[in-house]
Formats: sequence, C-alpha cells, structure tokens
Amino acid sequence: MLEAAHGRAPAVASAIRRVVNPENMIFTYQGDGDLASIGMAETVHACMRGENITIIFINNGIYGMTGGQMAPTTMPGEKATTCVYGRDPKVNGNPVRMAEMLATLTGPAYIERVSVYDVPHVNKAKAAIKKAFQMQMEKKGLSFIEVVANCPTNYHMTALESMKFVKEKACEFYPLGVFKDITKEEK
Amino acid sequence: MKKLWKGNEAIAEAAVAAGCRYFFGYPITPQNEIPEYLSWRLPEVGGAFIQAESEVSAINMVYGAAGAGARCMTSSSSPGISLKQEGMSYIAGAELPCVIVNIMRSGPGLGGIQPAQGDYFQATKGGGHGDYHPIVYAPSSIQEFVDITYSAFDVADKYRTPVMIIGDGMLGQMMEPAEIPPMRDLSTLPDKNDWAACGHSDGVPRIINSLRIEPEENEAFNIRLFKKYEEITKNETKCDDYMLDDAEIVFVAYGSVARICKAAVVELRAQGIKAGLIRPITLYPYPTNNIAEAAKKDCVKKFITVELSMGQMVEDVRLSVNGLKPVEFYGRSGGSVMMPGDLVKYVKEGK
Repeated sequence: MLEAAHGRAPAVASAIRRVVNPENMIFTYQGDGDLASIGMAETVHACMRGENITIIFINNGIYGMTGGQMAPTTMPGEKATTCVYGRDPKVNGNPVRMAEMLATLTGPAYIERVSVYDVPHVNKAKAAIKKAFQMQMEKKGLSFIEVVANCPTNYHMTALESMKFVKEKACEFYPLGVFKDITKEEK
Repeated sequence: MKKLWKGNEAIAEAAVAAGCRYFFGYPITPQNEIPEYLSWRLPEVGGAFIQAESEVSAINMVYGAAGAGARCMTSSSSPGISLKQEGMSYIAGAELPCVIVNIMRSGPGLGGIQPAQGDYFQATKGGGHGDYHPIVYAPSSIQEFVDITYSAFDVADKYRTPVMIIGDGMLGQMMEPAEIPPMRDLSTLPDKNDWAACGHSDGVPRIINSLRIEPEENEAFNIRLFKKYEEITKNETKCDDYMLDDAEIVFVAYGSVARICKAAVVELRAQGIKAGLIRPITLYPYPTNNIAEAAKKDCVKKFITVELSMGQMVEDVRLSVNGLKPVEFYGRSGGSVMMPGDLVKYVKEGK
C-alpha cells in the first residue's frame, strides 16, 4: 500500500504499473476533492494514457475529512462550509460529472457510476467493481468506478436521511449507469 | 573509453549505467536533453519513460516507482523543481530512495534560461514542508556529473533518502570528454524486498506512507530522520580544494563557478597573490569542517564566496568560519556570469 499525496494517486499508480509484475492488481481509492479538484490533471492523464489500473472514485459531494467544505462535485444549491448559502454556480462555479467527462476519452476501457444507498445498489456496485478488476486482469486498460456515496456528518443528517438524499438528489444529478465499456463496443 | 558528452546526456547515460530504469519528467529548458535521451534509451534496456502531465505528477510517479522498489529519477530546472517540492517532502517523509536532477536557471518566477545558482536555499534547506534534507551534490565537470550520478543511486538506496544533483545551464549544455562507468549488473542492486510495496504474497503488508498523526510518533520519526542525517554528514560529506595550502585569499564556490574561481586563482598567483579555492561537492551535508579548518590557519586572511546568486551559500560559509576571518561575497545573478578577470579585479581592487 502506498499512501499518495492528495490527488496524485493516478500518477503514483501509473509508475507502479511499470515497475511491478503485470499480474499485480493496482487500484487507487480517491474522494471527489482529491480526484476531481487537486488531482484532476493526474486523473485525466492516467485515463488518456489508458493505464491498466482501476480507479475507485468515492463521490459524496463534500470534503469530509477537512470538515465539510465545497467539493468540485457539490451540487447547485447544496450547502457547504465554504458556500454557506448553497452552491451558486454564478459565484462558485459548476460541479463536474467525472464519469461523463472521462467517457469522452479514448484511453479508458470501462467507466460506470454506481451508488450504495440500498442493498440492491450495493450489490450492483460490487458487481461493477468486480468487473473493473476483471478487466484489469485481462489487461483491457483503465477502469473507473464512480460511487455516489453519502457523508451524514457533513450533510448534518442521520445516516438514513443521508441515504435518502443520495437516492433522491445526488443520483438524479449524477445518473447511474455505464458510460463506457470497450467489451460492449467489441461485440 | 572517453567520449565527448553533452552534460545532460552524460547524466542520463550515467543513470542508465547505474541501474536506473525509470524516468518521469516534464519539459523545461535547459534540462530537456535528459528526458529526450531517456525516452528512447530506457525502453532499450527494459525500463520505462513517462512524459508526465506536469512536474507535480512526475515527482509523484517517482514516489510510486521508488515505493515499488525501483531505481528511478526525475530531472527539471528551477521553476519545475519548485513544483516538485511537495512530492520531495513526501519522498523524504516516506524514506524513499531516488535521484532528482536540477539544471538550474535564473529566477525568481519564470526568470530566464541562462545559468544560475539561486536554488541553493531550496535544495539544501529542505525546499518542501517539514523537517528534512535531501543529500545535495554539486558537480563541476561532466566527468564529475557522471561519477556522482553513477554513485548517487547507491547513496540514495543506502540511506533510503532522496538525492539531488544540481548543475546549471552551463554544465548541462556544454560538452566535455567523459567516461561512463560500466553497466551495473542489476542482480547486484540492493534487495528492497523487506519494505518495497511491489506486490507480495507472504501476507505481510509493505506500507509506504508519511502520515504520523500522533505528535509523539511524528517527533520520534523526525529524530530518527535527523540521526540518519548525522550519519550521512559523517560518511558522505565531500569537498575539494585547489592551491589551498599557503592561500591567503580563499574562494569558496561550487559547480560551474568553482571552475571560474580556479582560473582566477591561477591568474592571481601569476600576479603574486596567494589565492586558493574550497569547492564543496556536497552542499548538504555541507563541508563545514573543511572551511572551519581553513579559517583556523594563520595564512588565511579572508574568504570570498562566489555564487551565481544574490548570496545564498555565503550564509553557510559564514556559519562555518564562525567569525574567525572575514567572509565576503561576490555574486552575479539573473543569468549573468562572472569572468575570472572580474574576480581578479575584485581581489585586487575590492570591487
């Protein structure tokens, strides 16, 4: 396990890919501030290179560890400690839909957005992650799984309320589904 | 066999000979020949090259490759080295061995692409956040670049620490005869199996990190790191001198400037002035004792620190001399370079 600097995991993983046995599995585990803000360049370029790695992207729309600041995926109107009246795109800019954006690139092999707000979706997420690793084992290239997740602490909600928010609000703004799959294109 | 080598390409081939198989870099003048050369050379020897999306990414690729146990390197020039400082701090904090080359240009800001030594503070005092130092070498000829690059990977591995090699646009771009040592047998490289995270099946996790959130743990780590620096200071400090034995005027200079000082020493002696030179080869650890010993000699009247900066290393010279003798400074910056005659004039006329 290598602890990467904030945002740099895809660069670290790209180098490891060239050093270790090609059979070794490599994945990054990154949040939204990490992957879509400070590490946007590393994310996009690892995808452009089509690195044979898996990126697990946990998108809960907020900076959790630093205490609830606005993330690049905080939705319009959603409150955070650095946009206390709710995100105003005119003031704070717009959020980014990473799965859709990365699906425009030639490099990635598989891009899916999943969520974990109930058991059926947890199972779907599990299946997507399994497929991502399967594709890495088959050397098909970069797999990217975005997980729309919750942060009850910084949403100031109970766990159940936060699940409901993810289901009704976040998954509406960040629609679930497969955005790219070269194994489907091959058929 | 000696061949005519351009400085930057000599560094690149010496790294390959030393067993470096991974290079990550981003274009910036005047160091471009290093990534250009390694982009075709590394694949020839079974290694890999990535032109990273930024210097920030390149240094983090070094972190990844070093953490996975590989001999690896990056190079850049001053503004790009600034971008690498965060990664270098993480590399120092995770105790990873690697080599970072800085072919300095002038600053601050975008500055220019002519030779300068304005990155002395950044290189020797840490540069990034937190308590750490890379080992810093400052060769002054192409052959010395080769020899130091060749041994730098061993030093980095021995102490599990980042090693910097600093030159300037003059050394990187000029050509001199140099001999590259034989290709290192990769099976003789140090075994990193006990710590490198390169995929193990023995059930023992190898963890490369620098998060030490408990103050006691972090302080204990820092103390251990600085014990290591004491060891490095004892074993790895390198310094050269020239015509020092009976010198009354002692220049202190490193890298390309040391060569200019040598020419000035020869000219001053021809004119009856006993000049000499102390040339630090390691800038960290600094050869404090060599300078302190010279300061104690009765014949030494004063020191003149000569740099391509507004005065950075002069602070370490003053600390080393510790008030025993006067320490003067002569510098050019912004890409301007002094001539030997300028130094002769300064010694004779004081300006």
